[in-house]
Amino acid sequence: MTPTDISNPDYFHKVVDCQWACPAHTPVPEYIRLIAAGRYSDAYMVNWHSNVFPGVLGRTCDRPCEPACRRGRVEEEPVAICRLKRVAADNKEDVLPRMPPIPAVGNGRRIACIGAGPSSLTVARDLAPLGYEVHVYDEQSKGGGFIRSQIPRFRLPESVIDEEVGYITGRGGVVTHYDQRVGSLRALLAEGYDAVFVGAGAPRGRDLDVPGRQEAAANIHIGIDWLSSVSFGHVEKIGRRVIVLGGGNTAMDCCRSARRLGGEQVTVVVRSGFEEMKASPWEKEDAVKEGIPIRNYLVPKQVLHEDGRLTGMVFEAVKAERDARGRRQLVPSGEPDVVIEADEVLVAIGQENAFPWIEGDLGIAFDRWGLPKLDEATLQSTLPQVFFGGDAAFGPKNIIWAVAHGHQAAVSIDLFCRGEDVAQRPPPDVAMSSQKMGIHEWSYDSAVSLDLRFKVPHAENEVALRDIKTEVELGYDRELAFKEAQRCLNCDVQTVFTSKLCIECDACVDICPVDCITFTEDGEEQELRDRLKMPALNLEQAIYVADGLKTGRVMAKDEDVCLHCGLCAERCPTGAWDMQKFLLESARPKAERVPACATR
Amino acid sequence: MSFLPKPKLHHPKLPTNALGYTRRDYEGAISTLCAGCGHDSISAAIIQACFELDIEPHRVAKMSGIGCSSKTPDYFLGASHGFNSVHGRMPSVLTGANLANRELLYLGVSGDGDSASIGFGQFAHSIRRGVNMAYIVENNGVYGLTKGQFSATSDKGSKAKKGTVNTDEAIDLVGIAMQLGATYVARSFSGDKDQLVPLIKGAMRHDGPAFIDCISPCVAFNNHEGSTKSYDFVREHNEAMNRLDVITGRAPITADYAPGEVREVEQHDGSVLRLRKLHADYDPTDRVAAMHHLHERKAAGEIVTGLLYIDPEPRDLHANLGTVARPLNRLQDAALVPGAAALEAINAGLR
Repeated sequence: MTPTDISNPDYFHKVVDCQWACPAHTPVPEYIRLIAAGRYSDAYMVNWHSNVFPGVLGRTCDRPCEPACRRGRVEEEPVAICRLKRVAADNKEDVLPRMPPIPAVGNGRRIACIGAGPSSLTVARDLAPLGYEVHVYDEQSKGGGFIRSQIPRFRLPESVIDEEVGYITGRGGVVTHYDQRVGSLRALLAEGYDAVFVGAGAPRGRDLDVPGRQEAAANIHIGIDWLSSVSFGHVEKIGRRVIVLGGGNTAMDCCRSARRLGGEQVTVVVRSGFEEMKASPWEKEDAVKEGIPIRNYLVPKQVLHEDGRLTGMVFEAVKAERDARGRRQLVPSGEPDVVIEADEVLVAIGQENAFPWIEGDLGIAFDRWGLPKLDEATLQSTLPQVFFGGDAAFGPKNIIWAVAHGHQAAVSIDLFCRGEDVAQRPPPDVAMSSQKMGIHEWSYDSAVSLDLRFKVPHAENEVALRDIKTEVELGYDRELAFKEAQRCLNCDVQTVFTSKLCIECDACVDICPVDCITFTEDGEEQELRDRLKMPALNLEQAIYVADGLKTGRVMAKDEDVCLHCGLCAERCPTGAWDMQKFLLESARPKAERVPACATR
Repeated sequence: MSFLPKPKLHHPKLPTNALGYTRRDYEGAISTLCAGCGHDSISAAIIQACFELDIEPHRVAKMSGIGCSSKTPDYFLGASHGFNSVHGRMPSVLTGANLANRELLYLGVSGDGDSASIGFGQFAHSIRRGVNMAYIVENNGVYGLTKGQFSATSDKGSKAKKGTVNTDEAIDLVGIAMQLGATYVARSFSGDKDQLVPLIKGAMRHDGPAFIDCISPCVAFNNHEGSTKSYDFVREHNEAMNRLDVITGRAPITADYAPGEVREVEQHDGSVLRLRKLHADYDPTDRVAAMHHLHERKAAGEIVTGLLYIDPEPRDLHANLGTVARPLNRLQDAALVPGAAALEAINAGLR
């Protein structure tokens, strides 16, 4: 097969599964090593540069990195990447002096961001240090968007939001227009902004449409609106018996919040199976732990009410079946309807985007789902100076995707304002450096920990359920964090092979604890994969193939379960294997930054 | 040399053998030999062979003398019995252990210094006596621990790392073993596990003195231009006589071979040595012809490898001496110390 081109940054980037899976491409192993070294502020800044809200995300991220973590493929569970991030945030010192300065004199360009959520704030953070004047509009009185309005305080204390929003809005270059709802994009555009970023979220919760809905309206609340009212202190209690409809993370936040506001019998009801629920497994786990039953395969049929007061709901029992075309469908199971008594119902069955404030004749095209037509890479709309990001772009996702959109939009806006082609995306910054310090010394901790994943300590239910502001997760202490950090396999420390140095002594083959190296005759990829020392069956993981050996064979390494322990390089007599740290930072807007050499 | 132990984590799909062990379960401590040492590959081959033969680790006794090669038993079969003897004395210790308990599998590991110099006599006599063992010499042609002087197996005319030319004739351990009655004689190369692993398996299943001369390049002192035991030289001059498969439990021949291409030899324990011929006229059961061929090819500058000689009906030391079948540790005191009357009777028989 074609030898691997390791000069393509994507190749080694993919080997760092966590970083590749992270929408913002946070250099995860890099900051985990810093945490292990007790360098919390450094670890925080690595995070801050790529994901902007380490303290928030360290508590609330959807963690696409963890299912991708290589550790999960060699033992039971991945590294607790997300909660380690929180350790960096919890233990850091003053990081303000480390943040890029905001120039006293701007570059004369003004950008408007609609919504003060994670995507807008990311745009502001990326652009302000380059001299842009960024105006952020939000209908709430504080920044944060759904980070502040939707995520319950028992998962995310407000102080963390204030701090991390403050790093963006409190250092100059950003003008906030809070308590100001943008009612007309036309009017905003008329104010002469050089570019407008729409990061207004997906503000409309989907409603329920069953008999009795209207009659019992006083006791039925849309989940995201209710969470927001709770967050801002407008709602402080709920009835004793509560039904939460829906199986996503919003439903989990609703039921757990209800449990803290007087809900004694809180029941989550989902249409489909428990396994199919959209909520993250750990969110479901936490809800169940707090005594909240999750009942599945029940479809809402009717709201029961008496004298305008809700008394319960009727559900139809269903089961999943495949139709003739193999599609999964819910059909009545034939069992009797289920009645659940309740005082209040929270509806968390999805969110819809709504842009009533974007005039139809502005030139911004929408698709049939009501979402703006965008270039997926540049996030530019059909009106060139308007960009979208976060939930407003492709429908509800999560914070880390919003941040990733913010970065891309900032790059686009910067290119756009400088009159360059937004489609020409700047390449990421990539650095490779050997970690060799001596014959068997490496500048990273190459020993592989055998510890299983450490649980994050939780507050006891009696304490946690008493007050909605009591944070449930206590976070790792430094000692636990060190141990958990040691579980990281350092996948960014890459095995780099140089054929012309190899004498084919087999030392690397013999020492490799996971049998991932083979020297063999060349062949087509699929055929080659099958005859490696351990067949490379995980097709999502590359095999690293190098030719140019004296015997005419090839070196083929299956990246799948490589422990990055460095033993191949340690046992290599000629240095044909080297362990090199691959550090990739996604492209950031560069503006008119003058190259250092040009200033001489 | 590495300080850190090899991580216990292994490939999630690593196969297990009939005993439920993975190959990793047959490993030992991490090697302290130089990086790239051929000996480590031989250790890996022994591990692989024992795994494939479903050998219970506690049924193996690994014996060695002194030298780089003799350190290696620490690096494989961590759950087996072992004895690290005085320099060159491994064959005597192994012979003694074998006499005391014939039920263990004996694996003698030695080097060219240990077996061809200080222990040459020991090597010769253990083979002569027909001790049932697998005797592996990890042959690198130099004294590695003392920084690379020529050993007794260095070829005449080969060059040391600093350029000195060897003027002494080399001892060919394979030739000696064949001459002195080893009933399973092979040569292989640490850089060719496909060949080496089956040869070790065959030797371990052989009921008699089995000898393997395994060329094992010394990366530190004997892997240069002018060496005849370097990776490059051995690869260029390697002339394999045959390819061996060791079949336990009579699996049918599945691969398609031309007539006369495959020769099967059944060993005493029922295992079958299936030899795929690479040289049509080479007959590994004809000792005299094999010795002749060996000399002829050596004169032509080739390194002959493969299973060079096999006697399917070997006799071993115990059969020759008529010893008791039971291991001594399972005999009762009365049998072990028969008393003065029994001694009298023996002495009387000798008068």
